[in-house]
Amino acid sequence: MSEEQIKNLEKQFEERIARDEKIEPKDWMPEKYRKTHIRQMSQHAHSEIVGMLPEGNWITRAPSLRRKVALLAKVQDEAGHGLYLYSATETLGVSRDELYEQLHSGKAKYSSIFNYPTITWADMGAIGWLVDGAAIINQVPLCNTSYGPYARAMIRVCKEESFHQRQGYEIMMKLAKGTPEQKEMAQDALNRWWWPSLMMLGPTDDVSVHTEQSMKWKLKRKSNDDLRQQFIDQTVPQADLIGLTIPDPDLKWNEERQSYDFGEIDWDEFWQVVKGHGPCNKERMKARVGAWERGEWVRDAAMAHAEKKQKRQEKQAV
Amino acid sequence: MSNKKNWPLWEIFVRSKNGLEHRHFGSLHAADADMALENARDVYTRRNEGVSIWVVESKHITASNPENNGELFEPAQDKVYRHPTFYDLPDEVKHM
Amino acid sequence: MKNENLYNYILGIADNSLILGQRMGELCGHGPTLETDIACTNISLDLFGQVRSYYQYAAKIAGDDRTEDDIAMLRKEREYKNVLLVEQPNTDFAYTIGRQFLFDVYHLAFLAELQKSNDLTLSAIANKCIKEVSYHERFSSDWVKRLGDGTEESNQKMQAAINDLWTYTDELFHQTEADKAMVAEGVGVDVTQLKEKYYKQVNELLKEANLEIPESKWFQKGGKEGIHTEHLGYLLSDLQYMQRTYPNMEW
Repeated sequence: MSEEQIKNLEKQFEERIARDEKIEPKDWMPEKYRKTHIRQMSQHAHSEIVGMLPEGNWITRAPSLRRKVALLAKVQDEAGHGLYLYSATETLGVSRDELYEQLHSGKAKYSSIFNYPTITWADMGAIGWLVDGAAIINQVPLCNTSYGPYARAMIRVCKEESFHQRQGYEIMMKLAKGTPEQKEMAQDALNRWWWPSLMMLGPTDDVSVHTEQSMKWKLKRKSNDDLRQQFIDQTVPQADLIGLTIPDPDLKWNEERQSYDFGEIDWDEFWQVVKGHGPCNKERMKARVGAWERGEWVRDAAMAHAEKKQKRQEKQAV
Repeated sequence: MSNKKNWPLWEIFVRSKNGLEHRHFGSLHAADADMALENARDVYTRRNEGVSIWVVESKHITASNPENNGELFEPAQDKVYRHPTFYDLPDEVKHM
Repeated sequence: MKNENLYNYILGIADNSLILGQRMGELCGHGPTLETDIACTNISLDLFGQVRSYYQYAAKIAGDDRTEDDIAMLRKEREYKNVLLVEQPNTDFAYTIGRQFLFDVYHLAFLAELQKSNDLTLSAIANKCIKEVSYHERFSSDWVKRLGDGTEESNQKMQAAINDLWTYTDELFHQTEADKAMVAEGVGVDVTQLKEKYYKQVNELLKEANLEIPESKWFQKGGKEGIHTEHLGYLLSDLQYMQRTYPNMEW
């Protein structure tokens, strides 16, 4: 194809997206669109899978049977969501095993928030309330993104996730209304998870590299800073309602902007975690790689059995 | 990457209730058809979404090529006589 | 307690599901594939669902202010009545599957009988659980076949798991005093009657899976009387951690 032909195709492609048409797997697409989507979708899938670990950490220790089944179901949903997203990514011509390799070798990123430890039960509340809350803000606009398989996966994810945040907030609410010890546990968790949750919405707009192109392709509908503001504005009243204090002395309502002003985010901490030096980066990777390696003989056995079974059936048919 | 055989990809179709058609729900990996059915049950019908499942190994699906969309689908666009609105009838005619 | 035998009988059933559910739950996030991980969690969720029905009923019978969680999490090690089989650890995926399979075959046969109980609550619970457990049995049988028939390595691992777990199978068919009393009242299941069919079914499947039927005639028992293997204590420290560390609180 000549350069001009490609330019022409690209122009038509961008026009289709601007008209809100969806792009489907077999459609022509610019290489950059394919690569960007593989990167973002697999990063999203990896985040779901690594995100199972900090919460999975408390399944055996959940304080009641009711909490245990809710947590199990939630972590299981995350496996499901990772699966939907890997499947959607596979429509772009990359296999799940390749994507796993990228994760395990450290080439692919996942959400940095999952590199923080879950050290008390209240962390289950804080993750559901704050981390899932921030994730929802990020994800809802993606239900309308330009790549069809991604949009469809996100619709399913968002529908299923609606209980996740409620589950977390309910845990926090119960603790906040409980004994002084429980309330302290809740406040401590909020203190530790608040700032990482704000960071989770991504670097500030002036340093964010992908924003403009991503906006065009509807991979992003709002800037990181806008999303962060939205998250803060909706979360602060929720904390007030259960009597917990947001750990930010500079937080105050701005009448003019009809929004909260907030304090400085420690971006050095963010980059430290992103670059692999957070409190649990190594443990998380070790857990993922370990599960994959320990599972290898199981996956091989299932394949070998399937092949033998098929051969036996063919033999019988003759 | 090793030259190991990985579990193939399967496309999953679910009938959400009797009377409705099977609809494409997504895909997953499984070593064989039986496992694909079981996995589909666990992955795609956790919330009571289905009463029947079909699984097809993805490689067995033949898809039309979007590059041929012009010749495949556009010729149908101007065949308006296939639609009831093509036919002019006086308003007095009822039940038609 | 007026109905002490019934109370103990329910606990005997429920504790099996509790401990097995806890073991399965440990795997969540660590399975060999995402699909298998999701399937194992489903089994765990089914078991915990059953557990809640049983303990809620037991709490009602106890008639004091104990809740399902008190019963599940605040007993001492010697008071848990589960069979030794279900507390065995997830040494590798073959053990997980082997343990599940050896229990599922029993569990399904047991529930089929419990459905006929003249205790209407128990028969209703059994009626609900049996569909879940039928699926578990299918799932674990399929996997025993896959691993037994698959590769040389998987065959060896599956065989090792079956060999090690075999010693815990006979206990499934032991009767406690509460069991005997409940059978006499038409409430409980006479597990001794399930034994022959159990071994027949298990042996057939092992054969189909290219596995040897273990020859050992030596069996371990004690779980039903609260004498457990060393594994249970650690499992309970996790299970009970919150309730023990923060007593008398609501979550």
